[in-house]
Amino acid sequence: MIALALPAAANEGGFVPPTLEDMHLPEILPWMAPYGEGFGKQMLLVLLSVVLISWFFIVAARRRQLVPGKLQYLGEMSYNFVRNSVGKDIIGERDFKPFVPLLFALFFFILVNNLFGSIPLIQMPTTSHVGTAYALAGIVYVTWIVLGIKKHGIGYFKLAVVPSGVPKAILPLVVIIEIISTFLVRPVTHSLRLFATMLAGHLIIMLAAAGTQFLLVDADFWLKPLGILTLAGGVGMYFFEILIQVLQAYVFVLLTAIYIQGSLAEEH
Amino acid sequence: MEGNINLVGYGLSAIGGAIGVGLVFAAYINGVARQPEAQRVLQPIAFLGLALTEALAILGLVFAFVL
Repeated sequence: MIALALPAAANEGGFVPPTLEDMHLPEILPWMAPYGEGFGKQMLLVLLSVVLISWFFIVAARRRQLVPGKLQYLGEMSYNFVRNSVGKDIIGERDFKPFVPLLFALFFFILVNNLFGSIPLIQMPTTSHVGTAYALAGIVYVTWIVLGIKKHGIGYFKLAVVPSGVPKAILPLVVIIEIISTFLVRPVTHSLRLFATMLAGHLIIMLAAAGTQFLLVDADFWLKPLGILTLAGGVGMYFFEILIQVLQAYVFVLLTAIYIQGSLAEEH
Repeated sequence: MEGNINLVGYGLSAIGGAIGVGLVFAAYINGVARQPEAQRVLQPIAFLGLALTEALAILGLVFAFVL
């Protein structure tokens, strides 16, 4: 991970704003250190999310009936959302079927891991660590490159970086820009978009909470009413965060579908 | 007061991305308002535009921390 460290602000007044160091919680299993570090809260939450998602969909699909019950209806609706409005609409009716499991798994994995940031007592989006986002975007990156090579052979790279209908004079410039934007910038932004929004949202809520605590407890008495303002703002941001968490999961899967469609398409 | 001037620079550079995202969604809303049945066609295009514009802001965030 790149060294992301905000400098600690001066705290003459006694207020200590939360920094990025607060995102790194202590290890759960300290005695595991000789075998490898990193089993912290996030790792536990990833495992929990896998258990939760598989439990929900196994239970929802266990007793299938023609007229679905509440749980079955919820499961079917969420499956249909990914299948139809992401898979079918973007990849196309003809060859979207093989990719539905990938899109489905990605969407619910990211959705649950993002929503962990808004569930009381958990309150830590797993994707606010950059490793999770890198791994997910890496899977997608490998997927669409392999798909393109499978479909078009080695000529896929020409198809991907040489747009049709560009005058010969500016073609070298366009090709260089296309190589950078397709093969370098695309996976980076794909992962960092998810990571950065989750991190920023979590930091804002931590800042509001720390500010409220400072204003209500430690500040002079004429500053105390300001604590109510920060509390209200923090609660507002909390609900705004839920919206962003769902939206980011959707955007991630939508971009995955667009990239897959791009490598399957005939023309760039 | 201590701090890093990089973050001020990032705040300034994010203005560009914000205007770009605003333009993308303004065009999307215009298109849907004129022709509501085109929504399903326009939606992926709007989100692709969002992704491309937002990439600049995300790169700025990375540079603000790395440099």
